[in-house]
Amino acid sequence: MSEKELGKKLDRCLADSAVKLGAGLGLGIVFSVVFFKRHTWPVAFGLGMGLGMAYTNCQNDLRAPYLIQRNIKVIAKRQ
Amino acid sequence: MLRVCLKGANSAARKCLCGNGVPLHPLQQCRSYTSGGSGSSAGKIVAASVLTVGGGVGGTILYANWDPKFRANVEKSIPYSDQVFGLALGPAAPPPVINKPRKVEPVQISSMSEMWKDSKQPKAKEVEKKAEQPDAEGPPAPAPQETLEGEACVFVAMILSAEQNVLSVFCIPLAAAKCTECEHEPAVKERPEGEVAARLAEQDKAEQDLLTSLSSNLEDALGSTAKVTLQAIGAQEAALQAIAQHTRQLREAMEAEAPPDKKSTQWRVLEDALSERSRSVDEAGAAVLKAKAELDKLRGVIDGAKHLKIAAARPSILAAEENLHSMVVDLDSVVTRVQTAQSEAKIVSQYSELVNEAKAQFQKELNSITPEIQANWKGLTGKLTQDDLNSLIAHAHRRIDQMNRELAEQRVREQIHIDSALEQQKLEDKKALEVAVSTALEHNREQMRLEQEKKVEETREVMEAEMRTQLRRQAAAHTDHLRDVLKVQEQELRSEAEEILNSSLMEKETEYRRLTQDQLDSFTLDMNAAYARLKGMEEAIDSHVIAEEEARKAHQLWLSVEALNYTLKTAALNDPTEPLEGAVQAIKESCAEDEFAQALATALPSESLSRGVYSEASLRARFYAIRQLARRVALIDETRNSLYQYFLSYLQAMLLFEKAQEAPPAKLSAEDLDTFKLLSYAAYSLEHGDLELAAKLVNQLKGESRRVAQDWLKEARLTLETKQVVSLLSAYANAVGLGTTMAP
Repeated sequence: MSEKELGKKLDRCLADSAVKLGAGLGLGIVFSVVFFKRHTWPVAFGLGMGLGMAYTNCQNDLRAPYLIQRNIKVIAKRQ
Repeated sequence: MLRVCLKGANSAARKCLCGNGVPLHPLQQCRSYTSGGSGSSAGKIVAASVLTVGGGVGGTILYANWDPKFRANVEKSIPYSDQVFGLALGPAAPPPVINKPRKVEPVQISSMSEMWKDSKQPKAKEVEKKAEQPDAEGPPAPAPQETLEGEACVFVAMILSAEQNVLSVFCIPLAAAKCTECEHEPAVKERPEGEVAARLAEQDKAEQDLLTSLSSNLEDALGSTAKVTLQAIGAQEAALQAIAQHTRQLREAMEAEAPPDKKSTQWRVLEDALSERSRSVDEAGAAVLKAKAELDKLRGVIDGAKHLKIAAARPSILAAEENLHSMVVDLDSVVTRVQTAQSEAKIVSQYSELVNEAKAQFQKELNSITPEIQANWKGLTGKLTQDDLNSLIAHAHRRIDQMNRELAEQRVREQIHIDSALEQQKLEDKKALEVAVSTALEHNREQMRLEQEKKVEETREVMEAEMRTQLRRQAAAHTDHLRDVLKVQEQELRSEAEEILNSSLMEKETEYRRLTQDQLDSFTLDMNAAYARLKGMEEAIDSHVIAEEEARKAHQLWLSVEALNYTLKTAALNDPTEPLEGAVQAIKESCAEDEFAQALATALPSESLSRGVYSEASLRARFYAIRQLARRVALIDETRNSLYQYFLSYLQAMLLFEKAQEAPPAKLSAEDLDTFKLLSYAAYSLEHGDLELAAKLVNQLKGESRRVAQDWLKEARLTLETKQVVSLLSAYANAVGLGTTMAP
């Protein structure tokens, strides 16, 4: 069902963003705790990175059908 | 022309003369002379030529009148001269071709006729006599022999005309001789061959009859004559015998010395013998007379037979004549023998008479001397006395003396007597010789005549044989010719008859064929009509059957299509129908021969077969969800597909309000291709049951909306296809059913 694809994609997006955010958060926290003396900027950075990645992934996922791939050969019909 | 020439000559001469310088006058004079002279000379020449031509023509005509050969030559060589001659002289005499053979024939006849005359001389009379007799049979004026010959002549002339090279020399003169005879007669009509043959047959028969009668006559005559002659000869022989016996007995009686009783018996026997002899002589004479009479009769019969002049009778006549001659000869010889015997007997009788006389005298003397002695004095030697003996001896001596004297006298007279006797004898001999000579001559003549006749007969036979061979040859030639002609005729007739037969046969055949053809045609027509009717009936039945079959099939098809329709209706709200495969299979089975149905059945999309199709209601329901989604991604397409655009499109969808359903226009303009409008059009059409239009409209979506509606579109397409096919099938089934129900 093509109409359910978007929903699925969006679900994936959300899931992915949640994961990414969480992972970013986590890593941010980790990095802030570990490396950056509990500054919040690595968390934000991590979150931001996580969000950005999730955004990009979502976008790519949504764009995927419109991408022209290299391995698709275009056959020109000889007139 | 002469004047022109002369003028030319004059001008030339003038020039020449002018050149020379002689004056013109002499030329003019000359010209006048020549002109006048030319006129007169031309006339002369013309007259001369006319005269020559006329003379030539006249001379030719005159000479042609005199000599027909010349006329013929001229007519042959110069065309139209025959007409001129006809005008001047009259028609030409016909060429005398026949004269030549006519001239030839008499010459030959003269040579041959002489021969014939010589040979025919003895027979000429008989020929005429024979010619006389058949006159009695009654043919017209010319003698039948001649007419026969004339017929033969005509016959032979026909053969002559047909074949001119077969006849021998002998036949031609003969035929020619006969032909001259018949030519002399004015009108010898050619009798038809049948009549000729009949006449010939008649004559042959008459001849045969005559011949048989003649031969019978001859035989009878011959027989009787022979019998009589034999009788005569026998009588003569008997007479001879009697005479001989008588003479012998007389001699015996005279010479023998028998006792008186025996002597008397002897004398009696002698008398008997004498009587016998006289009787037999008489008999013989009578027989001879009778025989002579018979012979004369026979001769008369033979002459009569000769008068008839039948060729075949001649040998018998000849034989009869010969027989006659021999009989005559025999008779004569026997008669001469009898006569000699008679003369001998006469001598002997004379001698015996003399002896008897002497004996009687002696006896008388003896009786006068010795009267008691009997006549028989041979056995009387014992009874006689010496006187008697002496007287007897004396008497005997006297007698002896007398005898001696007589003897001497006789001796003297002997010579005279002998001379006279000789002379008498000579005379008699002469007479006898004459008689004998005459008889011998007669006999010889007769024999010669017979021989001549025989020879004549032989030559006649030979001639006849030759003539027969020639005639046979002629006849053979004639038969050959006849055979050829008959063969040709036969062939012609046969070919004619065959032609006629063939033509009649063909006619009959064509008639028969026509009749049979007519019959056949009528029969064929009937048969064709019956067959056509049968065929019609069969076709009607077949068409009925077919129609029923078709009806059945249509019914089946319709049923299966109805089943398909029913399966189509089994769609639950969100589930597709059952797979249509079974129904389609049923359709395929039910209408295996129907190509249209088969095509339609195969035209169903495979998903519908395998999975089934969604119903319109489910699609309609599904559409709304799709509509929402399509609204939300309305802005997304290839160029705009970031997440921000997604947000914007969501925003747009939230903020934009369109009619829920809008009736789609007949033609879509550019601004109608907006997603929202399209979706409202599609909703409207869906609500109004037009899935097709809705699908078309949804097909116009672009970008993400399109991608979102893709599946729905596919399903809609499937459903639409299936529905189309099913509706076609049902329409077809209905049409077929309708057709089948309508058919009878």
